[in-house]
Amino acid sequence: MAKHPLFDKTNIDIAWCPGCGNFGILESIKQALDELSIKPTQLVVVSGIGQAPKTPHYFNTHMFNGLHGRALPVATGVKIANPNLLVIAEGGDGDMYGEGGNHFLHTIRRNINIVHIVHNNMVYGLTKGQASPTSEIGFKTSIQTEGVIAEPLNPIAIAIAQDASFVARAYIGDMEKTKDTIKAAIQHEGYALVDIFQPCIAFNKVNTYQWFKERTYYLPSDHNRADRVSAFSKAIEKDKLPLGIFYQKKVDSFEKKQKIYQVSWEPLYQRHHDLGKLKKLIEEK
Amino acid sequence: MLDISLVFCGSAGQGLQTIEYILTQLIKKAGYYTFATKEYMSRIHGGSNSSEIRISDHIVSAFVSRIDMLILLSTDTFPHLVDRVSPDTVIVGACHDLSSPNKKYMIDFEKIALEIGSKRYTNSVVMGFILAFLKIEASFYEPFFTQYYGAKSKELAEKNIVAAQIGYKAGVAFLNTNSISFYAKPSVDLNHKILLNGSEALALGAIAGGCNFIAAYPMSPSTGVLTQLASLSHEFDIVVEQAEDEIAAINMGLGAWYAGGRALVTTSGGGFALMCESLSLSGMTETPMVINLAQRPGPATGLPTRTEQGDLNLALFAGHGEFPRVILAPGTIDQAFSLMQKAFYLADKYQIPVIVLSDQFFVDSYFVSQPLDALSMAIYDQHIVKTDATYQRYQLTADGISPRGIPGFGDGLVCVDSDEHTEAGYITEDFEVRTKMVQKRLKKFELLQTEIAVPDFFGKKDYKTLIVCWGSNYFVIKEALDLLPHAEIGCLHFSQVYPLSREIIPYFTRAQKTIVIENNATGQLAQLLKQQLNVHINATLLKYNGLPFTVEEIVIALKKYTQDHENG
Ligand SMILES: Cc1ncc(C[n+]2csc(CCOP(=O)(O)OP(=O)(O)O)c2C)c(N)n1
Ligand code: SF4
Ligand SMILES: [Mg+2]
Repeated sequence: MAKHPLFDKTNIDIAWCPGCGNFGILESIKQALDELSIKPTQLVVVSGIGQAPKTPHYFNTHMFNGLHGRALPVATGVKIANPNLLVIAEGGDGDMYGEGGNHFLHTIRRNINIVHIVHNNMVYGLTKGQASPTSEIGFKTSIQTEGVIAEPLNPIAIAIAQDASFVARAYIGDMEKTKDTIKAAIQHEGYALVDIFQPCIAFNKVNTYQWFKERTYYLPSDHNRADRVSAFSKAIEKDKLPLGIFYQKKVDSFEKKQKIYQVSWEPLYQRHHDLGKLKKLIEEK
Repeated sequence: MLDISLVFCGSAGQGLQTIEYILTQLIKKAGYYTFATKEYMSRIHGGSNSSEIRISDHIVSAFVSRIDMLILLSTDTFPHLVDRVSPDTVIVGACHDLSSPNKKYMIDFEKIALEIGSKRYTNSVVMGFILAFLKIEASFYEPFFTQYYGAKSKELAEKNIVAAQIGYKAGVAFLNTNSISFYAKPSVDLNHKILLNGSEALALGAIAGGCNFIAAYPMSPSTGVLTQLASLSHEFDIVVEQAEDEIAAINMGLGAWYAGGRALVTTSGGGFALMCESLSLSGMTETPMVINLAQRPGPATGLPTRTEQGDLNLALFAGHGEFPRVILAPGTIDQAFSLMQKAFYLADKYQIPVIVLSDQFFVDSYFVSQPLDALSMAIYDQHIVKTDATYQRYQLTADGISPRGIPGFGDGLVCVDSDEHTEAGYITEDFEVRTKMVQKRLKKFELLQTEIAVPDFFGKKDYKTLIVCWGSNYFVIKEALDLLPHAEIGCLHFSQVYPLSREIIPYFTRAQKTIVIENNATGQLAQLLKQQLNVHINATLLKYNGLPFTVEEIVIALKKYTQDHENG
C-alpha cells in the first residue's frame, strides 16, 4: 500500500544501492510534504548531478534536474519567476559545496525563500568514491591515495558565519527527526539549509551508520537558535557533531524585497508589459 | 551639404560621455542628423579617450576617420589621435604645446571651468562653445541641462548652465574673430525620429519581447543593456539581479524561463565562455534562453573597452553536444530592437538558446533612427500551455516542438532533465529513446529555418562585386558605397547569421568576386558561408586592432580592390 499516495511512484527503477541513506531522505521528504499538506503541483525540486540529485526522479513533483553544481541559481530563478511555488534545491556535498560552492555563498546572501537539502555523504558517490569537500582528513580514495590532506569544508559554520536565516543538520539514521527538520525548513521564510548526514555504503567505509551514530548528538533543548555566536560555537565542534536547528532568524526574503512583489505575488507569467507605454517611451527618445 | 565630424578628446573622468549624451540630443532636436561613437581606454581616470560626433543634413551613422574639428579637453591627449588629423583639421582647446602645422586656437576650457568653481564643469563649457557654432541658444539647451543635472542637484544644474553660457560666449567671440564656421540652417524635422545607442535599443527590444528578468555579471561592453533594463525596471515589471558569476546568471535565467519568466542574460566573450555548459543545458532541457553577447577583442581579457567581431565562432560552436540555436547580429537600431524582440519569440517558441551578437562599437554608439514599432510583434504571445494530469514535457511531435508547460499552471508535472530523458522528462539510458530525442531536438531546425529572414541587400542590383558583412558593419559599408556611386558593388548584410538559408546562394553565383568585410582576423563569417553553403569568398577585408572600420578605410580598400580587379 502506498504510504504517500500523492507522491509515491510505482514501477520506477531506483539507481541507488540497497541500504543507501538516500532512501531515508526520499522518505523523509515525502513524509514532511504530506504532513504539511503540500501537493506535488505546488512543489519544484531543482537538483544537480550526482546520486543525491536523482531524488526528484523518484517521487511526484515538478523537477528541474540541471547541471552538476548549478541547482541553487536555477532554484533562485524559479522562485523569482513564481514565488507561489515551494522550491527545494537538492544535491550532494560535491554538487553543492564543491562545484557549486560559490552559489552556496551567494544564495545565503540573497536569503531567497527556498529549502536547500544537501545529502552529505562525505564522498563523491556517482563518480565512484573520490574525496568530496566534506571528506575528513586522512580519508583514502583512489585519488587521495595517502588520504585527504585538506581541511574539510564546514557548511554549517559557513552558513552561520554568513548569517543564513535557517541552518540545520540532520542524520538520516533518525528519519523522524530528519523529517521534522525538513518540515521546519519548509515552514521557514527565507533560505534554509538542511545538511543531512547520509552514509554511502558503497564508497565511504569510514563514515558509516555506526560512525555517525557514535559521533553525533542532538543540540540540547535549551539551545538558543537566535544566538548566532553560540550557534557558531556549536557548529565548529569536532569531536561530536551536533544535530538539529543551529540557527534561525526572521528577516524578509529576497523575493519579498523585490519591487514587483511588494504589491502582489502574481507570478511573472501572468504579467504583461504595457506595450503602449513602451511605444510612448520610444517616441520620446 | 553639411557633414561635420567633431572629435572631443580628453582623459577619463573629464565627462566626454556627458558631452556625447547631451550634445547629440540637442543637435538632433535642433534639426540635424547626428551620430556619435566613442573609443575609450579601460581605466577610470587619466589616459586618453575620444568621442566622435557627426553633424549632418542627411543621415550619417558610421565612424569616419576624418576630423574636421578636434576639441582637446586636455593637453596630453593629442598623440592619441595624431594619425587622424589632416592639414584641414582645426584644433581648438588645450593645444598650446602642439607643434602640428594645423590651424590651432588655444582655449583653456578647464581654466574657464575653474573660474566658475570647479574643473568638473569643463565639459559644459565645451558644450556651450560648440552650441554657439550651431546657434543653439540658451533657451533651447538649458532645459536639457536642467533635466540631466537636476536629477542630481539643483545647484549642479545651475552651475553647468552657467558654464555652458560662458562657453557659448567664448564660442561667439571665437566665431567673430575667426573665419571658421560650420553653421548651416537646419533643414530637416527630426522630431519624429529617435536617437538611441545600441544598448538602449537592445534593452527596449527585450521589453518588447516580454523580458521580465535579467540576470548578469558586469562585463564591458555588455553592461549597458543591464543598466538600461535596471533603469526601466521602475516602469515595467522587470526583476534585475546581479549574479555572483555568469554561470549563476544563465542558470537563474533558465530557472526563470522554466517557471514562466522571460529572461535575458547579457555578457561578453569571457562571461559567455563560462556559460557554455549551461547553453548546452538550455539545448538539452529545451528551456528557452536569450543571451546578449556584446563582443570585445579577445582572447582572454583582450582589450576590454574596444570592439571586435571575434566571437561568431564561439557563439556557433559553444556548448557540448548537438542542439539547435539561433544567432542574430543587429547592425542598426531598428534591427537591434526587432531582433531582440524576435530572439524572445524564437527562444520561446522553439525552446532553444538564441544568441544576439552585438559589439562595443554598436552598443556604445548613438544613431538617429526611425521610431521603433513596439506593437509590431504583439502577436508574439507566450508559447506556454496549461498542463493536464497526463502532461509530458518532451512529448514527441511532428515538428519536434513539445508543448511547453510550466510548474503551477495546470494539473500536470513539468519535469526537465539534463540527462537524456524520456517523454515524461525522466532519466533514461534507452538507446532507442536517445535516438528519438536527438532527432526531436534537431528537427526543430527545419521549422526554424523558415523564420530566418534573408540578409539585407543594398548597393548596385547588377553588381559585379559582392560584399558580405554582418552585425555592426552595416552603416560603414553603406556609407562607403554611397561614396562610390559608380562602383558595381552590392552588399549583403547578415543580421540573422545562423541558421543560414540556402536561398541566398544565387547572390553569390551572380557575383564575379566576393569580399567579406569583418572586424576580426580570421574571417569567421567567410568560414561559415564556406562550411554551410559551400560559397567561395575571393577576398577578405579584416580589421582587428580593436577599433571599428572607418568609412575611409572601406572606400580606399574597395577602390583598390575594384581597380586591381578591372586591371587584372
Ligand atoms: C561539470 C561536471 N563535472 C563533473 C561531473 C561529474 N560528476 C558527476 S556527479 C559528481 C560528484 C558527485 O558527488 P556528490 O555531489 O557528493 O553527489 P553523490 O553522488 O555523492 O550523491 C561528479 C564529479 C559532472 N557531471 N559535471
Ligand atoms: S553509491 Fe553511495 S550514495 Fe550512491 S547509492 Fe550507493 S550508497 Fe548511495
Ligand atoms: Mg556526495
